[in-house]
Amino acid sequence: MASENGGLVIKPMDQFQVKALFGGDISWYTPTNVTLWMALTVLAATALMVYGARGRALVPSRAQSAAEMTYGFIYKMVEDVAGRDAVRFFPYIFTLFMFVLFANLLGLIPFAFTTTSHIAVTAVLAFTVFFSVTALGFILHGTKFLKLFWVSSAPLPLRPVLALIEVISYFVRPVSHSIRLAGAMMAGHAVAKVFAGFAAALGAAFFLPILAVTALYALELLVAVIQAYVFTILTCVYLKDALHPAH
Amino acid sequence: MAETAASGPGMPQLDVTTFSNQIFWLVVTMVVLYYVMSRVALPRIAAVLADRRGTITSDIAAAEEYKLKAQQAEEAYHKALADARAEANRIVEAAKLDIQAQLDVQLAKADAEIAAKANESERRIREIRDSAMEMVSEVSKDVTKDILESFGGKADARSVNAAVAARIKAGAAS
Repeated sequence: MASENGGLVIKPMDQFQVKALFGGDISWYTPTNVTLWMALTVLAATALMVYGARGRALVPSRAQSAAEMTYGFIYKMVEDVAGRDAVRFFPYIFTLFMFVLFANLLGLIPFAFTTTSHIAVTAVLAFTVFFSVTALGFILHGTKFLKLFWVSSAPLPLRPVLALIEVISYFVRPVSHSIRLAGAMMAGHAVAKVFAGFAAALGAAFFLPILAVTALYALELLVAVIQAYVFTILTCVYLKDALHPAH
Repeated sequence: MAETAASGPGMPQLDVTTFSNQIFWLVVTMVVLYYVMSRVALPRIAAVLADRRGTITSDIAAAEEYKLKAQQAEEAYHKALADARAEANRIVEAAKLDIQAQLDVQLAKADAEIAAKANESERRIREIRDSAMEMVSEVSKDVTKDILESFGGKADARSVNAAVAARIKAGAAS
């Protein structure tokens, strides 16, 4: 990169910087672009689920239909993956889905800040799920919850080995859960930024990177929705393990 | 491009100094979003969905009822149609019998009239023929007498009459 002579300067990671909205240092309560975009996420989710569904019509409008389909989609996911008795956790899982989905989608707006591209955010979400699910497992089943790691269908000599693997994989869950989402978001946005930088630098051939960015944007739209889906369905899977630990 | 010096070469994601800020606002966001979703949005949508399911169920039941009613109406209609058809057949049969009876009476009457008229005509024809026969014999006798007298003979009235009558009888017989 020829940054020293001012030719090609691409800083793909700058878009992830946390900045104070009104200047000054960043302490824990400073309103930052994180605050702004999380607030917009709440507003967007509220717009769809409350404002969109305000008609309560028997024959729904388009917005109400979209809200109902989202509701039905997540409700069915919770019911199918985690079981009927997991439905009492549906509001929290739905909140998770809406937050991740709208944070991802709003992050695709040019010059937006993607809150879910930060490992601090996704890790808090993932570890909240991890700790609450683990606590729930012990509360519901006591020490029987540990049967989750004891694969009773395997031959006896193999079981301790499998148990070790199961325990390790169990503790890796929140890590993969959070890094998957943040990584997918960060990578896509960084690549888009790099291609955009190429468009500025290439001169006459600018349309090539712009085509690439356009295609990438479509892919990112897909990734945004899929990652929200994956994050939610993994939460359901972990919840199922806590509710029904026996293999 | 000077302000980028602050960002340094690393990833902003690993800048630990911003973590407390992000986590604080994330917790605030999740609490607000959870409150809005669980208290407002989800119960409302659940109510709408339950409402719709109930409406659809009752509509289907009502449709089922209407269908049953329609079937009953159809059956009643077919029954009425069959009844009417039977009644019509019965009336047609009765009318046919009635007409046949009337026709028979009229035919008998007409036959009788025709027979009477034929008898009458026959009688009159016989009368006419008899009178004609009489006149023929009368005329024959007179003509015969006249012929005999014109030949100069003296006509014996009785023998002429008998001869003419015999000839006429023979002519009528042949």
